[in-house]
Amino acid sequence: MVLQELGIKFEQYDHPAVLTVEAQAKYVGDKGGGLSKNLFLKDKKSRFYIVSALADTKVDLKVLSQRLGLGKGGIRMAPEEALGQLLQVPLGCVTPFALINESASYVSLLLDKEFKTQPHCFFHPLSNETSISVQASDLDKFLKSIGREPSYVDLEANPPVGKDQPPDLAILVPSGTIDIPDAPENSTPSQAVSEKSFPVQKKCTPASVDSVKSAKPSSADPNAKDKPNNAAPQPNAFAESRLFVDEILKKTTELLLSELTEDVAKQEALANSVRKHLAPDLQNLTRTFCSLLQVMFKNTAYTQGFYAGSNCQPKRL
Amino acid sequence: MEKGEDKHEEEQDQVVNPWEVTAKDGGKIDYDKLIDKFGCQRLEEPLVDRVQRLTGRPPHVFLRRGVFFAHRDFDEILNAYEKGKKFYLYTGRGPSSEALHLGHLVPFMFTKYLQDAFKVPLVIQLTDDEKCMWKNLSVEECQRLARENAKDIIACGFDITKTFIFSDFDYVGGSFYKNMVRIAKCVTYNKVSFLEAFSVLYTSGDFTFAVVQAAPSFPSSFPHLFSGKDDLRCLIPCAIDQDPYFRMTRDVAPRLGYHKPSLIESSFFPALQGETGKMSASDPNSAIYVTDSAKVIKNKINKYAFSGGQDSVEKHRELGANLEVDIPVKYLSFFLEDDAELEHIKTEYGAGRMLTGEVKKRLADVLTEVVDRHRAARAAVTEEMVDAFMAVRPLPNMFD
Repeated sequence: MVLQELGIKFEQYDHPAVLTVEAQAKYVGDKGGGLSKNLFLKDKKSRFYIVSALADTKVDLKVLSQRLGLGKGGIRMAPEEALGQLLQVPLGCVTPFALINESASYVSLLLDKEFKTQPHCFFHPLSNETSISVQASDLDKFLKSIGREPSYVDLEANPPVGKDQPPDLAILVPSGTIDIPDAPENSTPSQAVSEKSFPVQKKCTPASVDSVKSAKPSSADPNAKDKPNNAAPQPNAFAESRLFVDEILKKTTELLLSELTEDVAKQEALANSVRKHLAPDLQNLTRTFCSLLQVMFKNTAYTQGFYAGSNCQPKRL
Repeated sequence: MEKGEDKHEEEQDQVVNPWEVTAKDGGKIDYDKLIDKFGCQRLEEPLVDRVQRLTGRPPHVFLRRGVFFAHRDFDEILNAYEKGKKFYLYTGRGPSSEALHLGHLVPFMFTKYLQDAFKVPLVIQLTDDEKCMWKNLSVEECQRLARENAKDIIACGFDITKTFIFSDFDYVGGSFYKNMVRIAKCVTYNKVSFLEAFSVLYTSGDFTFAVVQAAPSFPSSFPHLFSGKDDLRCLIPCAIDQDPYFRMTRDVAPRLGYHKPSLIESSFFPALQGETGKMSASDPNSAIYVTDSAKVIKNKINKYAFSGGQDSVEKHRELGANLEVDIPVKYLSFFLEDDAELEHIKTEYGAGRMLTGEVKKRLADVLTEVVDRHRAARAAVTEEMVDAFMAVRPLPNMFD
C-alpha cells in the first residue's frame, strides 16, 4: 500500500462498514487519538472541498463560506454522485486519502489544525470497512507525495470578513470547476482538467476561475432561430433539452435561494422542490417548442426545394 | 348545443352522430353507453402501456387522460407494428369556417403525435365538397376555406416529407374515384339509409358523401404514395361521432380485399359553457379560437367557462368543487401536460382549498401558451408550403 512505500507508520483496523463517526467510534473509539469527521462540500461555481476535522471541532459552513470568499451560504454538501465520481469512495467514506485519485485533482483540502494536537488520528482509507490511524505529520508526508501542500486551518475561528478584511481562506479555493452532469446519456463525466494534470493550491480569487462546462446546446435562447440538432435523432434532442433546462434551473434556483434564506438545509430542500416541479415543465416546453421549430424548418426547406423543382426550366441544349 | 329543453313527451336519449351531438336531458354525454351502443372497444391502460413500449416515448397526454378513449382494432395495428408492419394515418376536416377553435385542433395534435411516435405517413382529407353540400356555401368559397384550414393544420407541426393533404374538389378522380365506385357498389340503400334515421338526407349528394369519406381508408386510393402496398393498414384518429361512417367502411373493406381500417376515437372537447355537447363554430363564446389574444382568452374563461365551484367562498371551502361539471378542470385535463400538477389541482379544488379563480387563471396561462405557439407556427406557413403539402407527389421517406 502507498503508505508503506512512503515509510508512513500507521495502524490498520478492520471492522464492518460504518457510515457515521458514531458508528466508527464503536470500533476504534477506545484506541486513543482523535476520530475525524470529513465533509465533502461544493460551492456555487462547482468547486469542491474536503473539510477534515476532529469529531469534536465545530464546523460552521456559513462562516467557512465567508472565509473562503464565497459569501454567505455559498457552500453546501456536495451531491452524492460527486462522491463517487470525484472521490471514488462510497457514501460515508470521505477521507483525505481520496485525493490520491486523479479525478480529485481539483478538490481542495482543509485540515483541522487540532489534528496536530493529537498523537494520532483516525481516517478511512478508501473503504468504510477499515480505519487507519496516522500521525498528522505522516498525513502531511502522504499529501506532499501526491503533490499537495497540507493546509491546516483553525476551523472554529470566525474572523470578520469585509472590505478591509479579505477572506482569509480564499487561497484554498480551487482553480478549476468540475461539472458533474447527471444525464445518463453522457458516458463520461466531463472534468475541468484542461491544462496541467497536477493540482497546485495556488493563489487565486474566486472571480478569476475558468469554468469549463460540459457540452451544452449552442443556443441559450429557445426562441433563437438556429436550432443545433437538425439531423440528430430524437434521443439527442431529449438529452440536450434536459441538460439545457437543468442548467437554467440550477442557476436560477441558486441565485434565488441565496437571496431568500441562509439556512443551507432549507436552501437544499427548496432547491429540490423547485427543480422537481419546474424541470419537467420546462423540459416539455423546450422539447415541444424546439421540436415544432425543427419540423417547421424542415417544411420550409422542403417547400422551397419543391417550388424550385417544379418551376425549373429544362436544360437548354 | 341545446340544454334539455325538449318538447318531446318520451325520454330523449342522448344523440351522437356526425351532424348532431346532444346529451340526455342537458346532462353529460354518457361515453360508456356510447361505446356499448356503437360497439367499439374501450382503450384500456394496458394498451396505452403497450404504445409506450413500442414507441419508446411517454404516451401523449390525450392517451394518459383518456381523451382518446375508444377504438376499433387498434390492437391489431400494434400487433402488426410489432412485427415490423407499418401503417398509415388518415384524418380529415370539414372546412366549414375559417375560424378554428381548440376543439378542432385536438385530433390534429394527437395525429401529429402518432406520426412522430410511430414514424408513419399521413393523409388529410379536406371535405370541401361536403361542406358545399351541407352549408350554404359556394364551391369556390369552400375551396378557399379548405386552403385556409390547411394552414392551421400544417401549423400543428406535420412533417411535409410524410404528409399528403388533399381537398376533395382537387383530388377526387382517378384511382380514388374508382375506389369510391367499388365501395358504392357494396353499399346498398339499406346500408346508407341508417343516415336517414338522423333525418338529414336531402340530396343525392348525401349518399355519395359517405363513400367519399370511406375511400381514403384504402391504400390504393393513393397510387402515388402506396402503389403496390395493398396490404398496408390504415389507422383513423377521429372524434367518436364519426364512428357511423367508418362502421360502414369497415363493413365494405373485406369485400374489396383490404384490411378493415382501425379507429382510435376521442371524446368531445366540451364547450366553455358546459358539458352538454360539443363546441360550435357558430357561437364565438363557446370556444377558444386559435386567433384569440391572451386578453380575450382570459376574458372568455372568466366570463363563460362553466364552473363547478360553489356560489360562495365559505360554501366552497366547505363542500369543495364539483369536478364532474367543472369546465376549467376539464380543459386542463386536455392541455396541462404535467400529471402531478393536474392531480394536485383536482385534489385541492375538489376539497375546496383552491378557488375557482386560481384554476381559471392557470387555465388561461396554459391555453394562452398553446394558442401563442400555434400562432407562431401558423405565421411560418406560406401559400407555397400549402401547395407543396397538397401536391400529388411521392413521399419516398414516409416511413423513416
